[in-house]
Order: sequence, then C-alpha cells, then structure tokens
Amino acid sequence: MTEEIVDKPLPSPSGFAEPFWEAGAEGRLLLIRCKSCNESRVPSSEVCPNCLSVDFEWYEASGLGVIYTYGVMHRLYHPAFEQDLPYNLVVVELQEGPHLPGNIIGIENDALRVGMPVQVVWQKYSDISIPRFQATT
Amino acid sequence: MAQERTAAIVGVYEYPLRVAPGISAMEVKIESIAQALADAGLEWSDVDGLYDAGDGEAGGGLQLAAYLGINPTVIDTTQVGGSSYEFHAAHAVRDIAAGKCKVAVLSYGSTSASNRVAIGTGGRVSPAPNWQQNMESPYGSTLISNYAMVKQRHMHEYGTTTEQLAGISVATRKHAMRNPEAVKAMTDLQFVGVREITVEDVLESRIVADPLHLLECCMISDGGGAVVIASAEIARNCKKPPVWIIGSGEATKYLENNGDITTSAAAQSGPIAFQEAGINPSEIDIAMIYDSFSITVAVCLEDLGFCAKGEVGDYVANGRLAFDVKGTPALNTDGGGLSSNHPGMRGIFLLFEAARQLRGESTSQVEGAKLAVAHGNGGLLGGTHTGGTIILAKD
Repeated sequence: MTEEIVDKPLPSPSGFAEPFWEAGAEGRLLLIRCKSCNESRVPSSEVCPNCLSVDFEWYEASGLGVIYTYGVMHRLYHPAFEQDLPYNLVVVELQEGPHLPGNIIGIENDALRVGMPVQVVWQKYSDISIPRFQATT
Repeated sequence: MAQERTAAIVGVYEYPLRVAPGISAMEVKIESIAQALADAGLEWSDVDGLYDAGDGEAGGGLQLAAYLGINPTVIDTTQVGGSSYEFHAAHAVRDIAAGKCKVAVLSYGSTSASNRVAIGTGGRVSPAPNWQQNMESPYGSTLISNYAMVKQRHMHEYGTTTEQLAGISVATRKHAMRNPEAVKAMTDLQFVGVREITVEDVLESRIVADPLHLLECCMISDGGGAVVIASAEIARNCKKPPVWIIGSGEATKYLENNGDITTSAAAQSGPIAFQEAGINPSEIDIAMIYDSFSITVAVCLEDLGFCAKGEVGDYVANGRLAFDVKGTPALNTDGGGLSSNHPGMRGIFLLFEAARQLRGESTSQVEGAKLAVAHGNGGLLGGTHTGGTIILAKD
C-alpha cells in the first residue's frame, strides 16, 4: 500500500505584494501605509479601501497584536493537515490596526482566548517564510 | 417609496431528490424548469428572460438558451454564490418593470453529494498568487473555519452561546420532520438520527470547527429547482395565486481594517429591501434565511432588523422561531439547509418555500401568512460575501 504524501500549500507571491514576503524571509513584518490618507493596511490590494488612492509606501510593523477571533478545525479537509488536527486558525488585530490571519503556535488550543496578546513569528520553508503567531509573555 | 406589484413568483419546483446518482445538473435544471412552468400554467415558449448562475454542464449564459432551445430577450448570468438567486429575482423584477421581458426563469441544478464535493471546505490546489489565497491555504483555512471564527467573535462580543444558537437547529429540524422530502434527504444522506432534536443534541454533536458543532452545519446534497417570475398581467392569469415581489436589496461586504465580522451584507441589503416594500421586519411572518450554519442565520437575522445586534441569542433560543410559536416569524419552514436541502447555492430554495407559505402549501404552514423575506448569503460570512434580500407578499 502506498501512502500519498501531500505538502501543505505555500504562498505564491507575485506583483506588488512581493516586498511583504521578501521582508518576511528576514523576519520583518511589512505593512502598507496609504500616502494619501495615512491609513495602514495589509497588502491585499494596490487600492486603499479608505480613499481609493493607489499611492502607498511600505513600513515595518511591530509584529504585535491581539487575537481578534479564532476557530479550531477538528475535521480534515486537506490531507496535508492530518497530523495537525485539531489545529487552530486565528485572525490577529495588529497593533497598527490591520487584521492578519494565521495560526497560533506553541500553545494548547484550549488556552486560546479572544484578546490574547501575540507576536508574529516567521516560519521558514524551502523557498518562503510564512507568518504565524505565538503568545507573548 | 410606495409599494409596487409589478412582478410575482408564479411557478416553483423543488427537485425532490437530494441524492440523485447518475442524474446530471442539467437534467435537474431542465426537469425543474418544465415543472415550474407547469406549476404556473405557462409554456417553454412563454419564457423570454433567462437567469442563471452558471451551474450545470451547459456552462451558463453562452450555452444555456441553446441547450433549452429558447430565444430569451434577457440573459442575466449574475454569479454571487448562494445569494445569486435573490439577485436574479431582484433583476427579473426590474427587467419586467422595464418591459425587457415578461416571463423570467431562474434554475439551479447540482450533484454535490453524488460527486462528493466538499463544498468550500478548502481546496487541494496550491494557492493562486493573490493575497487572500496566500493567506488562507497555507494555514489550513476552510470555509467552515471562517464561519467558526464569526461565531467565536459573536460569542465574545455579545455573550452569545451555542445553547442559544442551537434553537435555530431545533426549530429547523422540527420543520424538516414535517417535510417528507427533507426526511428522505436526511435518510438518503445517512443522518445519525432522523428525528426531532433538542438543544442537548446540538451541544453533544461532535465539533467540526470549534465552536461549530455538526448539528449547526448544513448538509451537502444533490438537488435544485426552478422559479418562474412573471409580469403582473401574466401573473393574474396563472394557475396559482401570484406571490408578489415587493422589495429587493443587494449588497457586498468584505474585510476592511478593523472590520467587524459580526455584521454581514444583510445590514445593507435588508434596509433597502424593507424600505422599498414599505414594511418592517416585525410584520414578517416567514423568515427564509440562508442557513449554511447556525451563525449565518443569527448574524443575518440581526442585520435584517429582526432584533438588535448582539441580541439574537435570546431571539432564537429554545426553538422560538418554530412555525407553531405565535408572535415570532417562522424560520426556514422547509427544514433549511441544515435539514432539508443544500447542494451548494441554497438561495433559490429560500424563494420556493417563501412562495409555498404565501400560497398556503407548506408542510409547516403558518396560518394566515402574508409577508415573507428571503435572504441569501453568498461567499464567506467572515470574509468577502454578498447578501440578497427579497420581500414577498401574498396576493
């Protein structure tokens, strides 16, 4: 019997968001600041959702935030996550304002709470690092 | 705005099977359109408006008319997920009012159960190079985890409990047990315990995505159906009493900075629809609300104005929205997506049951029902989604 080994999906950075992933490889969290209205955001779009300007700059964020909400998957839908069950998913409200999704590592799922302070940690895979979070002490 | 009665639902047909191996989505659509036209007393040749969400093997707007062999003057292929059919109904009323067509057909066919489609539960494909995909797939994010996170935040902000929200599943299952097609659906899909359920049953059902329990999640079925919407003049001469569409609203919502995920697109589409209809939510007899999960119903009930934000826990607790409870609207009286029919895009079924109630044909009939709302939600409740609200009135 052969067992299918499936790798976890990894991001495929391209376009204007590439600096986010390049900085991540160095352990730095970059956010976008709109040069027109000064609003901070994650690089989900070139367009500022606040004022529709396409003029922006990157800046280094603190990497600190609190859990805005979370869920814990008990059912498997993607074979690569079989070893992780049950695993958590979170949305973190960064100190700078924007929300960033991810997982919390290094903690029992039962200990998760909305409002818990966390910090970003970059986990390196072969070609890319992805942001996760851990509780701050 | 004064209420207008320019177009009405004149024919509906819900494909009876939820497990239909060997049947194609197009076969479901074709049979459903034929039966919905028969329900209205109309012919294929009367159809001059075609509304389609691109489901089925024909491929949507480019191919569907040819497949059906008709020559419509309106083709609308709006695809906004599960709320597509509320958008279609809104557009059909506008197109009829503008004189662009007189008999509009909406149809849906799906073989999700037979094809073992785990609807929206997270693809096996690598992420596409866009931010949203890059920020979901690597973490094992799924559609269900997204809804779980909405529920978690709602519980945190408003003190809502699973025990309270279980009232949605309890009322809906009660309705399903009175609907022979829903009973067959649950039997064919091998539900554990095809019977009425209690709050305790919901609490004790296994966790799928904490804090969502199994009995708070919709089924994955085959199925489909069709709706015929006609001009006032034609509606007056159809076989069954017209069910008037007196208001509609459309909206989209997506994540914004500091965005509140406990408020949905219904907060925009609802007030637009109710204002157009010239009525208040408190006047509604039948609430057909997209129940992908308990939390979807909860958030949409609040946003539509049935209760204040944060108060839905008390509003739905203990099966308060069952059809035989006086003083509250009856929720999803066909059994809903939780217990009757959810092949992926449930929006069209909301229109069927609203129409059946206002014709007096429901298996959980509310005596004297005059007004209904159908609210569809498409996409991710805690992410990018659409909301379509339709207000319907008895003749």
